[in-house]
Amino acid sequence: MAEVRFLVSKYNSETDAKPRLQEFRLDPPQGATLLDCLNLIKWKLDGTLSFRMSCRSAICGSCAVRVNGHARLACKTQAADAVIDGRVTIEPLGNMTLIRDLVVDLEPFWASVEKVRPWLVPDDSKKYERERLQSHHDQLKIDAASTCIMCASCFSDCNVMEVDPKFLGPAALAKAQRFVFDTRDAEKWDRLELLGQIHGMWDCTHCAECSTRCPTDAKPLERITELRRAAMAAGMTDNNAARHVLGFRESIGGFKGIGGSGMLNENYLPVRSMGLSIGGILSLIPVGLRMFARKKNPPLIPHVIEKVGEVRKMFRRFDEYNKEGEK
Amino acid sequence: MRYALYTGCVAKGAGRELLTATTYAAERLGIQLNEMKDASCCGAGVVDDDNRLLADSMNARTFSLAEASGLDIMTICGTCQGVMRAAQKKIDGNPDYKARVNAALLKDTGRVYAGKVKIKHFYQIIHEDYGLENLAARVTVKLAGLKVAPFYGCYVLRPHEYSDVKVPDRPDYLEKFIETLGATPVDYPEKLKCCGFPILMSNKTNSLQLSGNAILGAIKAGADCIVTPCPLCQLNMDSYQPEIEAILERKLGLPILHYPQLLALALGATLDDVKTNTHIVRPNKALHEASD
Ligand code: SF4
Ligand code: SF4
Ligand code: FES
Repeated sequence: MAEVRFLVSKYNSETDAKPRLQEFRLDPPQGATLLDCLNLIKWKLDGTLSFRMSCRSAICGSCAVRVNGHARLACKTQAADAVIDGRVTIEPLGNMTLIRDLVVDLEPFWASVEKVRPWLVPDDSKKYERERLQSHHDQLKIDAASTCIMCASCFSDCNVMEVDPKFLGPAALAKAQRFVFDTRDAEKWDRLELLGQIHGMWDCTHCAECSTRCPTDAKPLERITELRRAAMAAGMTDNNAARHVLGFRESIGGFKGIGGSGMLNENYLPVRSMGLSIGGILSLIPVGLRMFARKKNPPLIPHVIEKVGEVRKMFRRFDEYNKEGEK
Repeated sequence: MRYALYTGCVAKGAGRELLTATTYAAERLGIQLNEMKDASCCGAGVVDDDNRLLADSMNARTFSLAEASGLDIMTICGTCQGVMRAAQKKIDGNPDYKARVNAALLKDTGRVYAGKVKIKHFYQIIHEDYGLENLAARVTVKLAGLKVAPFYGCYVLRPHEYSDVKVPDRPDYLEKFIETLGATPVDYPEKLKCCGFPILMSNKTNSLQLSGNAILGAIKAGADCIVTPCPLCQLNMDSYQPEIEAILERKLGLPILHYPQLLALALGATLDDVKTNTHIVRPNKALHEASD
């Protein structure tokens, strides 16, 4: 490969007010990963460069950094694939405090995972004579989440995390899915209850950064949608987000004998989401009035699609679809 | 050029100016649109949180309607585009799943999804089918001097496996489009981030903080307005801008335009033609000057 300009973030809390990008020029050997390059830089150009690594084979999860602005495992990224116009930028993970160079304080990440009680809780009322076997089918439900290597790439790039450090975050939610869907776990309902609270599974915006950055099959956003479906199916709908989902279901497909319109009813949805909360409904008034003044408010008589009967029919078989979909 | 126009819910509800601008621009460009009056909501990722097979089958019904008309689908909402493309890729990529979707669809609607239809957002049609050179030849009002901040919206970009954007971490569709219209794209880190709309009803502060960060980023980069292919991003950043200002404790006043609005302006529309008077944030001086 030709010479590459590595722009690597350097920071020493004792001497620097903020991190800066330092340029290192290197001709990466054939097949070198970014971790190989970081090692070469450390050995040949700057012995003080600090970063985390261990397995060098995408198993330990230590070496995640931001490459050209997005979280990746340095040991799983070919240098050749990361070069843009002769340059690669390597920075520390986001959403955590910087300690030195590429090393961040992972404490908030571990704390988020601990909050979901990431261990199997057996049913104490039962006596177990031997290990409890799982069917292949049951194992598949927790297979994807089990591949998480705790690299914190998802946590680093999560958009909600940026504005709310109390958000449980993608890795913790993926880990929670692994236990909610474990047929041997006795705490499924308590877990779902906990996850349904503020800063939990319903606070995720679907931005999909987590699934996009995740180097394994854990794909947190997918796991979050599984958790949400489990909560909906169990009728755990006493919060704005779950009522918002019900609002979609009802305005498109119908509710208690009233036919749906096949479309979203943008007048019904916000009110439905607030449930019986007076404060919630009052909070909708300013924006409602504002939109009304600009003639931007959705039509009061909802728009109904042609052949709406077909869609209503599909929603009448809601439960059958759900069962068939789970296969 | 003719497409089956999938309006989505917002263009029929709180964002009717989007449909007005789309119609205007398509007419000027000679793109014929047959509105799909029998298509349902795409589910916006929310029905998927409830019932995946139902969400995907509902979209497969929309695809089969377009197939019956022999036309490809044109969307005008980034979220519709992302949700429908994800549904299509999931169905097409798994024969067993496709069989289940089609069995359900046949039972309830008598329809079957074959797998032929293409689903493209208006911005893709401009780039891939119409061509930027052709567009440049039709531009009558050079929006010279206008600094426009592109805002992509999550569903256009992620997850990468479902996105049609070639390099979703470094997209240039909107930048090239803005340049073609004679305006100047401005760069800012938030342009690829989330606007927060999906959690507006459940965590308003977080939702609006995300929109606020994007608007602030655009202002810091010197933008006169934001343009987005997703009307949900537009809705969060425009309709709620007064609340966003309260959270950020500063004035913003940045107009947020739909993609077809900016397009129509460059094709000769006035601000009134594309109904910016229905926006909560009124057009500023720069927008008036550029489109006069
Ligand atoms: S999809 Fe949700 S959990 Fe994943 S990064 Fe986005 S907001 Fe965070
Ligand atoms: S879910 Fe994926 S990105 Fe997140 S910590 Fe686990 S392996 Fe890393
Ligand atoms: S060094 Fe272990 S995952 Fe990269």
